[in-house]
Amino acid sequence: MESLETLNRAAVAAINEAENVATLEQLRVEYLGKKGALTALLKGLGKLSAEERPKAGAEINTVKQQLQSQIEERKQALAAGALKARLDAERIDVTLPGRRSETGGLHPISRTIERMEGFFGGIGFDVVEGPEIEDDYHNFEALNIPAHHPARAMHDTFYVDDTHVLRTHTSPVQVRVMEQREPPLRIICPGRVYRCDSDLTHSPMFHQVEGLLIDEESSFGDLKGLIEDFLHVFFERDDLEVRFRPSYFPFTEPSAEVDIQCVKCSGQGCRICSGTGWLEVMGCGMVNPKVFQFSGIDTERFTGFAFGMGVERLAMLRYGIGDLRLNFENDLRFLRQFA
Amino acid sequence: MIISEQWLRQDWVDPSIDTETLSHQLTMAGLEVDSVAPVAGSFSGVIVAEIVAAEQHPNADKLRLCEVDTGDGRVQIVCGAPNARVGLKAPLAQVGAVLPGDFKIKKAKLRGVESRGMLCAEAELELSEENAGLMELASDAPVGADLRDYLSLDDNAIEIGLTPNRADCLGLAGVAREVAVLNGLAVKNPLGGSIAATIDDDFPIRIEAPEQCPRYLGRVIRSIDLSRPSPRYMVERLRRCGLRSIDPVVDVTNYVMLELGQPLHAFDLQSLSGGIVVREARSEERITLLDGSDVALSPGTLLIADEERPLAMAGIMGGENSGVSESTTDLFLESAFFAPEPIAGRARSYGLHTDASHRYERGVDPELQRVAIERATELLLEIVGGEAGPVSEKTAAEYLPTATPVLLRPARIARVLGFEMDAAEVESILTGLGFSVTSDTEGWHCAAPSWRFDIEQEVDLIEELARVYGYNRLPVSRIHAALNFAPQPEARKPLTRLKHELAARGFTEAITYSFVPSDLQSAFDPEVTPVGLRNPISSEMTVMRTSLIPGLLKVLSHNRNRQASRQRFFEAGLRFLPGESLDQQPMVALAMTGLRDSESWTSTTEPVDFYDMKAAIEMLFGHREHSPLSFVQIERPGLHPGQTAEVHVDGQAAGVLGAVHPSIADLLDLPAATFVAELDQRLLMATSLPEAQEVSRYPSVRRDLALLMEHTVPASALMRVAAESAGAYLDDVVVFDVYSGAGVGEDQKSLAIGLTFRHPERTLSDSEISEAMTQVIDSLGEKLNVKLRS
Repeated sequence: MESLETLNRAAVAAINEAENVATLEQLRVEYLGKKGALTALLKGLGKLSAEERPKAGAEINTVKQQLQSQIEERKQALAAGALKARLDAERIDVTLPGRRSETGGLHPISRTIERMEGFFGGIGFDVVEGPEIEDDYHNFEALNIPAHHPARAMHDTFYVDDTHVLRTHTSPVQVRVMEQREPPLRIICPGRVYRCDSDLTHSPMFHQVEGLLIDEESSFGDLKGLIEDFLHVFFERDDLEVRFRPSYFPFTEPSAEVDIQCVKCSGQGCRICSGTGWLEVMGCGMVNPKVFQFSGIDTERFTGFAFGMGVERLAMLRYGIGDLRLNFENDLRFLRQFA
Repeated sequence: MIISEQWLRQDWVDPSIDTETLSHQLTMAGLEVDSVAPVAGSFSGVIVAEIVAAEQHPNADKLRLCEVDTGDGRVQIVCGAPNARVGLKAPLAQVGAVLPGDFKIKKAKLRGVESRGMLCAEAELELSEENAGLMELASDAPVGADLRDYLSLDDNAIEIGLTPNRADCLGLAGVAREVAVLNGLAVKNPLGGSIAATIDDDFPIRIEAPEQCPRYLGRVIRSIDLSRPSPRYMVERLRRCGLRSIDPVVDVTNYVMLELGQPLHAFDLQSLSGGIVVREARSEERITLLDGSDVALSPGTLLIADEERPLAMAGIMGGENSGVSESTTDLFLESAFFAPEPIAGRARSYGLHTDASHRYERGVDPELQRVAIERATELLLEIVGGEAGPVSEKTAAEYLPTATPVLLRPARIARVLGFEMDAAEVESILTGLGFSVTSDTEGWHCAAPSWRFDIEQEVDLIEELARVYGYNRLPVSRIHAALNFAPQPEARKPLTRLKHELAARGFTEAITYSFVPSDLQSAFDPEVTPVGLRNPISSEMTVMRTSLIPGLLKVLSHNRNRQASRQRFFEAGLRFLPGESLDQQPMVALAMTGLRDSESWTSTTEPVDFYDMKAAIEMLFGHREHSPLSFVQIERPGLHPGQTAEVHVDGQAAGVLGAVHPSIADLLDLPAATFVAELDQRLLMATSLPEAQEVSRYPSVRRDLALLMEHTVPASALMRVAAESAGAYLDDVVVFDVYSGAGVGEDQKSLAIGLTFRHPERTLSDSEISEAMTQVIDSLGEKLNVKLRS
């Protein structure tokens, strides 16, 4: 069996030297294939005596199995090496910036309106919109502001013609809803409004969100509760102090201005609140029965309240925007901060 | 309305609360205090001094050496004021004095001459802005007295921002009434009562327009001496309330107006002829007003006239020719009630706003005229002497406002305010405010006092209760209402979702003004005359936009001037299309310029093109199984004639997209590759509900074609013909290559399309596919003269 020994040694050496899977396959055929050297040895067993045969057969089979497993081991080693080489080659710099795809964003005013719609929508207020060029009736008359009423001087109106104006508030939308729907009503009206005034703290165009609730049982107490809650969720501060001050709007009676404790200095007094510790943020009141009469709503059966706020003002306080004009300059560097 | 706190406390009501509490109290009662300012700066060591000698400074043209009497000897002061003259009494900041701004006065040498203190102008003491010369004190001012004591400067000017319904507080007496109610005090009465006539003279009064002027009182005062100055207290009080001293007569009328809220007017009696006629202006009448302006009067304007000519625009402003002057010796004093409604808006229509018109259009107490004319007489006689005639009064009682009692029901108070107010409290608040209150089983019947013009309805009374009770003491409750689902049509895509989709795709939202300059507007819409504003605020904002595109281009331009090169913006809002009926159409506009990709190590450096904008639009409209989008090449002013398309949805025009015309891009300093689009918001929002189809379990087969055709054949036509001729099992068609140039004839182009076939219920055979492909090739050849590219 010297030839088996020699064969084995030569085969092992060849397997270990094999550099790829194809060479290994050749070696397998060469030694273990149908016409392979070990197969030939097995075929030659018949020449041996019956006593010698089992032992010789067992030796050949042992070598065969060893070679088989060596080929397999070598294959795996080669595969592992190849994979490692590939992985090494595929190494990248993970610190390079990701492929850039800039996202845009909503304007802070839209973002603020969207939040407000979310808060009020969540408790059953519908969002309603209306025209921005309004007729005198809806913008003034039906809101109890007759021609030459001194309150019109508070409005600095842009006129389009004798009977049409750029709406000075979104209240006309409320009038339109009262004309079309029956109470109970719960609506908010966001949108652009216009006043003929332009300086550091006034823009000729700005945004309001106004709200209206009409029901059989609604009181000034409900109004106070709703406004307080809204301001708490808007600023995400349950301890924010809110106060109501008597004021005057022709379309509400009683009317109130709403102040919040200055969000900048927490009421200590600073530049933002002109040292008063308070910031005026909105107006509100119980709907004047005269306004109900214009829209044919039964003033004995229904009461209601309305409120209105300047979106710019609230957005500026919320996000710390220092200059009203930034809202309309549309500078990318400003707007990107809200993306 | 600015009031002097000292005046209020000395003459009217003096609650034992400090200034801060007082102003808080006013604010919380609806008389919003806008500011509280000391009437003088903080200073000390300033006295009344008299200049006893003045000579030229030896070394300076504009300076004078003044010898000044301090009451405790004489000092030399170098002074540059033009009015530094012998005999003048002026404030002197002595050595050691501290002026506003912590400015310490020391002994100094000015151009080599010693100066022991400083003579002061009003501005230097923060009494006013006046800085033209030294403050001139009255000739009887006591030399040596501390200026703060002499002028009682420890006072605050409280500015109240009154709402238009509270005309009753346009006088100290009204504010005092409020303060008294809020503090449970009585109002003092500083008035002298009626002044008996010492002469019989009167001047006839005739009212021809009683509905506009239901009450007119007049009084003749003769032999006044206008060389006498207004008293110091009056000048100071006027100053603190924001009025300058003019002459004693004007000062008295202003003083009484501030005190009581009743505007008064004094005429020079000598300039009047015949009698006073209160009448409406006739056509083509004119008047020269006190401010020198010559005004053409519109008919209906109420005038105070005499028998010959207009004297004053009633309740607004007096005329130049009948006013009091230095030579006046005899006065006719007017105290009238003009009805608020006819007068409202009139001053504004003449471009005027005066203290008188401000009060009359909001409502002056119709019971106040006699009180005011007596008060003015009292003060005039005190100051300028003279003899007063009797008060003449003409009243048309039927036109005077009457207070109809308003019913106030306890249940309504509870309903509106959310709690039951104690009956005694209701009565005490209302009677305190001057209401006359009676009660029966229905509730209280409340008649408003003559000074309130804002009480007509039950809620007006409820507001008074709430106001005085304190808004912040009112209970807080929560809404109780039925819970109803709000309908949310699923096929309607909310605007906010469109906005977020655009944001995710790199577009930043802009908000631009709805009014634009008319020239930029007309570059895009030359045919349309936009809705113009009658009173634009600037030449940049004259017309209402008929498109959102010009505004967005200005945004691109603005940012490009700030080094932003890659930009994508959108805006949602109305455009205003004039016509028979104005169309206020909600739109979404997009604009992009700069590189397609943000600059990075992976990006290409190609600028955006038409198809980037088109992709954004296709994304926005989303998947539309039943109403695919189509794009039709068109031309539009302001856009590139070869790169503009109209977007169609369901056969409806839904908007436009295109490259900005190079000449406009140049004008705005934008790159040629600037693309814009404007889409109808309503069509963008109208989507459809998904209708699920079965998904085939069988494999698809794809065949590609390389095709050659005339340059002018639109890809959309090619795809449509291919789709129509490919049979029932075509699943998809794509264009995967477009080529023109070498190898393709001139005026020709090559498009490569891929067709995918799939059968829902079985695998398609080769022969079926080949048959379909033959049909496609034949149809393309027949209809569009398209050939296979060999």
